[in-house]
Order: sequence, then C-alpha cells, then structure tokens
Amino acid sequence: MLNPTPRSPSGLTPSNPNRRLGPLAVFHLDLPLLFGLLLLCGLGLLVLYSASGENLPQVERQLVRLGMAFAAMLLLAQINPATLRRWTPAVFGLGLIMLTAVLVAGEIGKGAQRWLNLGVFRFQPSELVKLAVPMMVAWYLAERPLPPNARTLVVTALIIAVPALMIAKQPDLGTALLVASAGIFALFLAGIRWRVILGALIAAGAALPVVWYLMHDYQRQRVLTFLNPESDPLGSGYHIIQSKIAIGSGGIYGKGWLNGTQSQLDFLPERHTDFIFAVLSEEFGLAGALVLLAVNLFIIYRGLYIAARAQDTYSRLLAGALTLVFFVYLFVNTGMVTGLLPVVGVPLPLVSYGGTSLVTLLAGFGILMSIHTHRKLLA
Amino acid sequence: MAQAQFKDHIREGQLFISRAIFAAVLVLLLLGGLVGRLVYLQVVSHEHFTTLSRDNRVKVVPVPPTRGQIYDRNGLLLAGNRPAYSLEITPEQVKDLDATLAQLAQVVDISEDDLERFHKLRRRQRRFESIPVRLQLTAEEAAAFAVERHRFPGVDIAARLIRHYPLGAEAAHVLGYVGRISRADLERIDQSQYAGTTHIGKLGIEKTYEEQLHGRVGLERVEVNALGRTVRVLESQPPIPGRDLRLNLDLRLQEAALEAFGDRSGALVAMDPRDGSVLAMVSKPGFDPNLFVEGISVKAYQALQHDIDKPLYNRALRGQYPPGSTVKPFIGLGGLETGVTGARSVTYCPGYYQLPNHEHKYRDWKKTGHGPMNLDASITQSCDVYFYQLAHEMGVDRLSTFLAQFGFGEPTGVDLTGELPGLLPSREWKRARKRQPWYPGETLIMGIGQGYFLTTPMQLAAATAAFANGGAFHSPRVGAELLDKETGLHEAMMADSRSIPIKDAGNWKTVSEAMLHVVEGARGTARIIRSDAYHIAGKTGTAQVFSVAQEEEYDEATVAERLRDHALFIGYAPAEAPRIAVAVVVENGGHGGSVAAPIVKRIMDIYLQEQP
Repeated sequence: MLNPTPRSPSGLTPSNPNRRLGPLAVFHLDLPLLFGLLLLCGLGLLVLYSASGENLPQVERQLVRLGMAFAAMLLLAQINPATLRRWTPAVFGLGLIMLTAVLVAGEIGKGAQRWLNLGVFRFQPSELVKLAVPMMVAWYLAERPLPPNARTLVVTALIIAVPALMIAKQPDLGTALLVASAGIFALFLAGIRWRVILGALIAAGAALPVVWYLMHDYQRQRVLTFLNPESDPLGSGYHIIQSKIAIGSGGIYGKGWLNGTQSQLDFLPERHTDFIFAVLSEEFGLAGALVLLAVNLFIIYRGLYIAARAQDTYSRLLAGALTLVFFVYLFVNTGMVTGLLPVVGVPLPLVSYGGTSLVTLLAGFGILMSIHTHRKLLA
Repeated sequence: MAQAQFKDHIREGQLFISRAIFAAVLVLLLLGGLVGRLVYLQVVSHEHFTTLSRDNRVKVVPVPPTRGQIYDRNGLLLAGNRPAYSLEITPEQVKDLDATLAQLAQVVDISEDDLERFHKLRRRQRRFESIPVRLQLTAEEAAAFAVERHRFPGVDIAARLIRHYPLGAEAAHVLGYVGRISRADLERIDQSQYAGTTHIGKLGIEKTYEEQLHGRVGLERVEVNALGRTVRVLESQPPIPGRDLRLNLDLRLQEAALEAFGDRSGALVAMDPRDGSVLAMVSKPGFDPNLFVEGISVKAYQALQHDIDKPLYNRALRGQYPPGSTVKPFIGLGGLETGVTGARSVTYCPGYYQLPNHEHKYRDWKKTGHGPMNLDASITQSCDVYFYQLAHEMGVDRLSTFLAQFGFGEPTGVDLTGELPGLLPSREWKRARKRQPWYPGETLIMGIGQGYFLTTPMQLAAATAAFANGGAFHSPRVGAELLDKETGLHEAMMADSRSIPIKDAGNWKTVSEAMLHVVEGARGTARIIRSDAYHIAGKTGTAQVFSVAQEEEYDEATVAERLRDHALFIGYAPAEAPRIAVAVVVENGGHGGSVAAPIVKRIMDIYLQEQP
C-alpha cells in the first residue's frame, strides 16, 4: 500500500506488488498460508502411515490426491476474485441442478445417495455446494446494505436452506451442517443483528423436537449414543468408547509412532478416516494433539487475517466464511472423536484419508490466496 | 456495483472486523474447550484409559495341563492320554464352504450330526478359529485325508489328547472315567484351575485323585487385536502337568478274577493285609469307560442302564450283601474275646435251634444236624446251630459292638467315591429306623450273617485283612504313589489304620486255625481249594436272596437263577504270614465252597506263586 504500482488489467497476471512474496508471487500464493497447509498435510501423512497399518500404497494414493488438491488450489488462486464473483450465481445454479440430479438419479453408497456418476468419474455435488453457498451468500449480501434488512435475511436464508436441506435429504448430515454453517458464517460476518441471532437460536431450540422427528433412525441413534456411549458398548457406542480409550491412554507424550495399541490392533474403527485424530492423540499424546491444533489455529488466523485485509465485501465475507468453515471441520471432527459432540461424519481437515473433502478444502484456500494476492491497492 | 452508492463501505468494514474478532474469540474459546477435554482425557483420566486399553489388547489364555497317567503296581498303563485326530475347518480360509464340505464328505465320512454340530459351532466362533467337522478320525481316515490335503485349503487335521483306557472294562469300576465338565462339576471345582480343561474325573480313582492327576493350569498373556486374534505372546507360564499315579492294583489278579467269574456277576476285593493295599477290585460285569470320555450316546447309556446285570453298578463298593457264614469267624472271635464261650465249649447241633419257650425252629443248613460242635468244628463245617447259640448268649449289643471293630456297618474309607456303609444291625438302629424293639430271634439270624446284616465286598475284604494281620484295621488303599515326572519325586499314600483291641492272642489263633481247617480240614467246606504250595485260611458263606418258608425246603433246581443264593468266600494266605486277603461274592452262585472259593484260589496262586 505504501508502494502503489499500476495494476495489470488481467486477473491472471501477477499484480501484487508485495515483494515479500518473492518468486511465488507469480503463482498468487500466500506463503504463510501455504506453509501452514503443507505442514498440516505433512503431519497428516505421517499419522496416516501409522493409521493405515503402514500401508504405503494407501499413503501414496493420499499423496496423489493431495497433489490434485493443491493443483485445484493453485488454479483457484489464479482466478481474480472479481471474476469469481461474476461466476458465482452460475456456480450456485449448477450446484443446485447437480444436487437435484443426485436426489433423482444419484448412486447409493453406504445407505446414502451422494454420488453423481459423470461417466468418467464419480462426483459429490455437495462438495461443490460447500463452496457455492458461501460464494452465493457473499455475492448476494455484497450488493445489499449491511447489516441486512428483513427481506435480505429471508433471501439469504433460502440461499442457505435450500441446498442444505437437499444434502440433508441424501442423507448427509455432516455435509449439510458444513454447507449451512458456511452460509451462516457469511451472514454473521456481514453483520446480522444480534437480536436476529438470538431469535434464530430460540427458534432453533424450539425446532429441536421437530428436527428429532425428521431425523433418520441412525442419526437419532448417534445422538443417543453421544449422550450415553456406554449404553451400547458393542454397537454404536463402540466407536466413541474406543476413541476415548485411544486418546486417554496416549497420555501426554503418547505411545510412540506406530505403537498405538488401539490403532494398530484394530480396536479403533475408521481410524484412517474420521477417527484419525484419535490415532494422533494415542501415538503422539497431548503434545502431538496440541501441535496439530496449533498448526490449525495458525491457518485459521491467517485466513481471518486475509479476510480482514480483503478489500470488498464479497471477498471479505467469502474469505471469512471459508476460514470459519475450516474451523467447523476441525472442531466438529475433534469434538466428535473426543466425545464432546455426537458422531457426525466430518473428516479431520487435510489429515483424514479421502479425496473429496481435500479438493474442496484446498480449493477454498486457493480462493483465499487469490483474494489476498489480487488486492487492489487503494489508498 | 449498481447498489454500491447505498452502502457505507467504511461502516461495513468496521462491522466485519468486529464480527471477525468475535468469531476469532469464539474459535479460541472452543479450541480452549477442546484442549481442556484433551487434558481431561490424556492427563486426568490417563490411568483409567491406560487400564482400559490394556484390558482391550491383553488377554490371558489358559493352557491346560496334561493329565497324569495311571499305572498298575507293575507299571502297566491303565489310563493314558491318546492323541485323537479331528478334522477342522477354518472358515476364513475357505472360499466356498458348502462345496468344501461336499468334497470332504467324499474323502471321510461326515454324518448329518457332524454337519449340524459344525454349523452350530460356526455361528458361535470367530471366522479365523478352526471348527471341528469330524471328531475321532480313524488312522485310515486321517491317512486318506492327508493324501488329498492339497485340495482343501483351510482344512486341517488337529490332534489333541483324550483320555484312553487301554484295558477297557477290566478295571473300569476302580478307575472310573473322565468326562466333560458338567455344570455340577463347575460348582465344586476351582474354576480358574480348569480354565481350558474340558474333562474331569467323574468316578473312581479318576475322581478321588482328580486334583493330583489334573495338575495346575498354565497361563499365556497374549496380545490380541480387535477380532480376538492373537498377535503375539507377551508372557507364558507353562502348566504343571498332573502327576502320574501308580495303583496298588495288580492287573494280573484283576484279569484272573474276571476270567474266573466266567459269566457270573459278582465282586471281588483282594488286599494286602499288611498295609491295606487293594490288589484287585472287580465288579462284574463291567463297562467300557472309553464310552464316557467323549460323552456316551443316549442309546448306549440306556443299554447299560437297562442291562439286567447292571454293568454300571459297582458291586465291590456299593453291592450290599448279607455276609452269611463268612461272618462266623468274627462272631466266634467275639465269643472268645468277650468270654461268652471257650474254645472247648461244645454245643449239640440237632439240625435246628429253638429259643427257650419258643416254637420257632431256626434251621441249620444241614438238616440232620452236626452233632456235638466246638468252635473249631463249627467254623470248619459252618454249623449254624452253634452260632445261633453263641449269638443268643452274646446278645445283640455285644455282637454289634464287637463286629463294629472290624469295620462292619460303616464305610471302610477306601480311596474311591460312592462307597456304601452296609448295615450292622443293633438295638439302637432298629429303634431309630424301624421304630420297633429288637427281637431275640433277630440276634440268632444275625449270628449266621443273615437278616438285616449287610456288608459290601470291600468291607468283607477289609475285615478279613484286619483279622489276618492280627488286629490292625487298614482303610483299603487303591492308590499307591504319585510320581512327579518333572522332579522325579514320589509321594507314597499311606492307609489310615486303627488297632482292634486284643484280649488274648490265643483267641485269634484259635479262630485262624479254624479258618485254616475250612480249607485243609477233612470236613472243611472249602477243602477243594487246598493248596500244596501254601496254606490258605478262609470261610465260605452263602447268602440268601430268597427266603424259604418255615416248612419248605430250598431246592436249587426249582429256584430261578436270579433268586439263587449268593456264594461268598473270604480268605487269606499264606495262613501263617498273610500277604493277601480276599473277599468274593458270586451272585446267585449257590455254594461258597464250590463257586466262590476257587476264584480266590486262582488269585492267590497268581499273587503268591507267579512273578509279575
């Protein structure tokens, strides 16, 4: 800002004058954020090697996915936020069409209808929607006076609720939660009035019995199990009991890499996917868990910093919402694994084995980087 | 940016910053809560979860000990452990279970029952655990499978040790058998010692010496995974095998006795009078104890149960027979020791006896009477009238008290379970059990070992041994010594003993000479077993099964086989320094002298004259 230079008209050419970015500036990458993400992914691969039972091919597959995800990040970092903003309604519309398609003709896997077979590859439209919803909310709110008035709120609520409910219908409660929270964060950051928030919370509390009624049996079971895991130690409570044993027995310094008995002897279910945090906590103890949380905290800090420095409402809201969604991933997953929250299928971001969420998450960080590196230098 | 002019960008920026700060604080609070949770789990409750984690993965697996073997006194194996082969399938390793079973059935016989048991077990067990599909393969079947084995991945022959009694029925009533541990067994044993053990002594020596034969369980601490599969052994404490047991039993005698019995039922007990060792114990007919080891089929069991000869019935321990005339030497000794009679006192035998002022005639077995009888002659010829008179003079109280010293009326304390006490009648017994007074006539028939009086062959043998050795009553001992294979230590088992008080050793000599005359005297009732090689002392007996009415006569020919008298004989040899005492009961055998005594002679011949 102290050193204004003329900006290139194209969104794809290097425009940031910040020399601290050095040679990477040409790729529109934010070095601190990239550093945090690489650190987290590296830590994740280390834990995954142990959690997979020293299954190197599995680690290699994850590495390939990470490569693809980082490529997606790099790609999105190149897109000028202004361009992204123009495309936003189209992306959102596409997301809704694909969600509809999934409900009509999706493939069923593990009892839920989530996949769309595009011939070449299978695709989970809900992942696209995870980005499309905060984009759309940001897009909509950016053009309206803030804090939002009643009409704006209703429209925003629809933008959030329609895709979230469609995903919940698949049923995929975890993703619906993430999608809804992404939109809600954008709304929150836009300055929605506290009394509206309070009113919404009261309404939500009142709606709980209705939600309970609408829930699937397995979802209700998860909630009940969360409230009292010991009631069903061999059934659905098994996950949470074993996870707590793994974490608790890890102690302060852990049992050592590859030496977690809960993980290595198969007592811990889903240990390389949703419950990988328990593997980390068992083998590296409280110390390892704190390191992981610190890295995550740094990423969140950097994300919020980028949002705060963003120059227009769209960028700000989008960057803030994406960062907070990342936190929701982190908190819902670790909360679930430590028994603070009910079991909801949310992976530990960038650590859990699995491709779809990786691409979405890193694409989101690509958007953050783009926002940060495409800043116009206004006085 | 059409609506941009309505927006206050600076205010929006500030609003955003304040909201972002709020969000950041919320993030920190929530992460703080998470860290608090982690501290609670990993620091505060660490011990608790460490215990749970260890309980998860460490399992203690019992390693059952090998059961001790049982030998006879000459080292012949009576009960051993034989590998039994079974065909087992590990479902996890089999692709198509039904096809494999079908193909297996072409190699070895697999019955419907086998399949049913297999599928029942399969539902209960884990997929990586092997499940028996056929038990007790024959050697031929095992060989047939071995040739075809390559065709059956996941199918294996498993060997384990099962109890085996190589001699079958010969010593069944002594050895007893082992069987699967039942619920009732579980209630009385130390279950931790039987973890992993499937069988337990049910009867006989196998039961009496269960603790010593069983050994002590070993333990393996193993690490298991979530499926229960053992990953590695952490610690191993080997089991202590059961000790071998050598019995006093001499199988040669056992076999000879069985052979001598022929087709007849009955029981024989031979003891060493010097120490109470049981040299032979036969109850005929016997049964094959091997049938019980793996669980006898209902059909086979019912066949044994309903057999008219009652092969499962241990006659030596539980058969309660009237001792008949075999009790006369003891009563004679009682008469002398209590001073009621003297060696030279004579009673005239007219063929019957009448109580003063009573009409009833108590008959002698010899209708014409024996004439004047002293004690020696009355034992030699088994005169009943002499003993009617003697019993009458002694009275039931003195009779009962004296006979009790020889162990009549109570268990001998032999090291076998299930022994019955017989019945030594007394005034008190009759009042308590029958609520009737004692009648003098009952004393008379007690004097010839009839009436309420009941003894087991074991009691008769123990009493004979006690008399033979001059007054030391030894509880019979079947077990001789325990051998610890690892340390080589022997532990001999001593019989419990007590002394019978002796007033005058001359009285004992008088009676023993009379018993010698039973075999060696010209009119002795067992003179047919006289041996030139050594002297046998003994007494014949006949026990009524069927009571003969007052004026009738007992006619062997007309009485059905099963209602015929039991033939008894007690004896010991060599008479001057007894090394063996024998009691035998031959059911429905008729006369003691002609049927029972020769069996005893066979036993004595072998024991005293043949080298093992």
